[in-house]
Amino acid sequence: MTLLQLHEPGETPLPHEGDQELAVGIDLGTTNSVVAMSTSGKPEVLRDAEGRGLVPSVVAYASEGPVVGVEAQARLVDAPDSVVSSVKRLMGRGAADVKALAGTLPYKLDAAEGGMVRLLVGDKRLTPVEISAEILRAVKAQAEHHLGREVTRAVVTVPAYFDDAARLATKDAAKLAGLEVLRLVNEPTAAALAYGLDKEAEGVYAVYDLGGGTFDISILRLEKGVFQVLSTGGDAALGGDDFDHAIAEHWLADRQGELGREPITAGEVKQTLKSARAAKEALTTRAAGDFPVMLRGKTTLHRLTRETLDTLIRPWIDKTIRIARQVIDDARLDLAEIKGVVLVGGSTRVPQVRHAVEGLFGTKPLADIDPDEVVALGAALQAEALTVGSDTLLLDVLPLSLGLETMGGLTEKVIDRNTPIPVAKAQEFTTYQDGQGAMLIHVVQGEREAVADCRSLARFVLAGIPPMVAGAARIRVTFQVDADGLLTVSASEKTTGVEQRVEVKPSYGLSEDEMARMLEESMIHARTDMERRLLVENRVEARRVLLALEAALAADAGLLDAGEGDRIEEARRRLGAAIEGEDRDLIKAAVERLEEAARPFAERRMDRAIRAGLAGHSIDEFKGDPGGCLAPDPEDKS
Amino acid sequence: MPAAEPFCPTCKAVQPPGQADHFVRLGFDRIYDLDPKTVETRYFELQRRLHPDRFAMKSPKERALSQAQATSLNEAYETLMDPLARAVYLLRLSGIETGGDGRTIDDPALLMEAMEMREALAEAQAPAAVDAVVGRARAEAETCRARLSRDFAAADLAAAKKDTLRLTYLDKLIEDARARRLNVA
Repeated sequence: MTLLQLHEPGETPLPHEGDQELAVGIDLGTTNSVVAMSTSGKPEVLRDAEGRGLVPSVVAYASEGPVVGVEAQARLVDAPDSVVSSVKRLMGRGAADVKALAGTLPYKLDAAEGGMVRLLVGDKRLTPVEISAEILRAVKAQAEHHLGREVTRAVVTVPAYFDDAARLATKDAAKLAGLEVLRLVNEPTAAALAYGLDKEAEGVYAVYDLGGGTFDISILRLEKGVFQVLSTGGDAALGGDDFDHAIAEHWLADRQGELGREPITAGEVKQTLKSARAAKEALTTRAAGDFPVMLRGKTTLHRLTRETLDTLIRPWIDKTIRIARQVIDDARLDLAEIKGVVLVGGSTRVPQVRHAVEGLFGTKPLADIDPDEVVALGAALQAEALTVGSDTLLLDVLPLSLGLETMGGLTEKVIDRNTPIPVAKAQEFTTYQDGQGAMLIHVVQGEREAVADCRSLARFVLAGIPPMVAGAARIRVTFQVDADGLLTVSASEKTTGVEQRVEVKPSYGLSEDEMARMLEESMIHARTDMERRLLVENRVEARRVLLALEAALAADAGLLDAGEGDRIEEARRRLGAAIEGEDRDLIKAAVERLEEAARPFAERRMDRAIRAGLAGHSIDEFKGDPGGCLAPDPEDKS
Repeated sequence: MPAAEPFCPTCKAVQPPGQADHFVRLGFDRIYDLDPKTVETRYFELQRRLHPDRFAMKSPKERALSQAQATSLNEAYETLMDPLARAVYLLRLSGIETGGDGRTIDDPALLMEAMEMREALAEAQAPAAVDAVVGRARAEAETCRARLSRDFAAADLAAAKKDTLRLTYLDKLIEDARARRLNVA
C-alpha cells in the first residue's frame, strides 16, 4: 500500500473523496466558451494563465493535433481550411438541413446523404459533436489547471431554443470530452441565476440573449425560489456573426469591381469578417472609424459610421424584437407585466441593441455582469446547487412542440411547446389498411402544420402488428421528455396484449458504434491532452522563474560576480528558446540549469537579507524560497 | 384512492408515483373550485422535493423514480391549473368523456353561436376587429367558468358537460384569434 504519494509539480493528484462534489458550469458558446465554478454561492470564472476567461470556440486541426482557442484563431489567416469556428450552429443538424446553408458557411461539408452533418477539415471528416468535444476538452483542461484537480462533472448550457437533436449532440460532446453532464440548463435561465433573481426578486423577467450565432428570449417567473420558464423562443441562426457578415458584405460591395471572375477566397472572407468584427466592437464606444479590408493583396480603408452600422444591422435587431413580442404573447402576458430584462451575450454591447431592448420593455436592462460571462456564472451556481444542494429550483418547459407525422404529411402534436418538463404523453393511432403488419412512426419537432416544415427527429418501424381489419389495432406511442429536454419515444400495440417497444434515438444523433469509436479515440486523445497540459504547466513555471530572476537582477545587479552575469544570461536565453519549443523535458532541464547558474547570486542575496535582518530588520521582510524562487515575494512590503 | 406517499416513511427514499389521481396528488378533494395560488404553492412545494435536480448525485434508480414523480406532478399541475382541463378531467373521473376525435356539437344553440363567431373572426381584417371578437369570447368564457362552478357544486353533470363543451370551443376560438391577430398586425 502506498503510504505517501508523490506528484510531479503541476501534475493532477488522483481524485479523492472530497472531489466527488466538484462540478463546473460551462457555457459552450458559438463564439466563445467559458468555464466557471461556484463555492458557497459565489461563482467565479476559471481563467487561463494569462487571465483570459473566454476561450474562443475555434478549433484548428494542426499536424500535431487539434488546437483550441486563441491559438486556433491565430491559424485562421495561414491555414483557414484547417480551422473551424461557429460549429455550434451545426449541432444536431442533419446533412439535409444544412444543404440550404451550403456556401454561406465558412467550412466545407461532406456531401454524403443522411445522418449527422460532417465537416471536411483538412484531410479529416468530422461531426460537430467531435469538434465541440475538442472545445469542451480545452475548457475542462483550463478548469483543471486552475483548480489543480480533475473535473469530471459539469452543468452545460444550451440555447433555450435548441431542439432535441441539438441537446443530445451537446450531451454527447461532453461525454466524448470526459464530462458527465449533470444537467443541460437553458442559457437565459443560467443568466437569471447569475443575477441572483431567484433570491431577491419576485415577478416576471425577460432574458434577452444575443450571442455570436444564436438569439434567445425567455420569459421567466420567479417566486419563492422557484424559477419557472413561462415561454421561450428565438432563432438558432441569428446573432452577432450576422452583423459581421452585413458589414463585410457592405465593404466587399465597395470593391466588387476588383474581384472580376475570380471567386473570393476563404482566407479573404475570414480576414474581412475579422475586420468587420473589430469595426463593430470599436463602434460600441466610437461614432465612426476607418477599417482595413485586404483583397487580392491590396489593403484599403473603409469608413463605417454608427448610422451606417445601425442601418446594416437593423433587420436582425427588428427580427429579435418581433420574436420577443411573440414569446411574451405565448406566455399570455402584456409587456407591462414584465418587471425587468436581463442582457446576455456579447452582441448586447452594441448600443442599438440596447436601445431597441429598452424601447420594447420601457425599462433599463440589467447589464452589470459581463454579458459574455454571465451564463457560465449561472451554470456554475446550478452545478453547485446540484452537487451541494440548494433552495432554488429550475422548472423548465419544452422549447418546441413534439409530434408525429399522420396521413397526408401533416403533424399531429403530441406535446405542445412550453409544457413543463419532465413530461410524458401518449397518443393512440390505428392502422388504415386491412392486415397492415407494420407502421412507420415519424417523430418531428416544430410548430408548423406540415411535416416538411418541421424538424425530423426520428423514424422507426413498429413491426409485428398482428393481422387485423383496418382501424382495429391500437398503437400507443409514448413520448417521454426528461428534465434536460431530451426525448425518448416508445410504441406498443395493445389489443392483442403483445407489447412491442422500440426505443428511438434521433436520426441526427450518433449511433452507438460511432459513439464507441469516438470514445476510444478520446482515450488516445486524453494522453496527448495530458501531455499538452503538462507542457503548458512547465511553460508557466518557466516563465515564473524568468520573471523572478528579472526582478532580482533589476534590484541587485551589483551583487553579480565577474562573468556570472554572462552565465546567467546564457542559461536564460536557453530557457527562453526551450519555452518556444514543445519539449517539456527540455524546458525542465533549462529551468534547472538557470537555477543552478543563478544559485550563487541567489545565495548572496539571501546572505545580505539575513545580515540586514540581524541589523534590526525582521527576517519576514525578506522571506523567499532559497531553493528556487529568486525574487522577493511580490506581496512583500520591503 | 389513497394518497401516494412520494417518499418511503421508513427509509426516506423516493417512491414510484403510483396511480393517484391529480387531485389526490396535490392534496385536494375532487372539486371544481380550486384556488390557483394554492395549487401552485403545493405544486412548487412537491417539485422542490421530487424534481430530478434534487437527485443529480443519487443512484440511477432514484433518478428514474424522481423523473416519474416530477412527470406526474407536472401533469397534475397542468390539469388542475387550467379551468377547462380541470372540468374535462372531473367529468372523466365521473365516466363522462368530452374530448376525443370525431366529436360533434349536438347543441344547436352552441353550433349557431360558434359559426357566427368564427365568421366574425374570419372577417376581422384589423387588430382592433380581432380584439373585439376576442373580447366577446373572453366575456363568454368567463360566464362559462362561473356556470361550471355552479354545475359542479350542484353535481349537475349534464349541465357541466354542456358548459365544458362550450368552454372548449371558446378557448379554441381565443387561441385561433391570437394567431389571427399576429397575421393581421
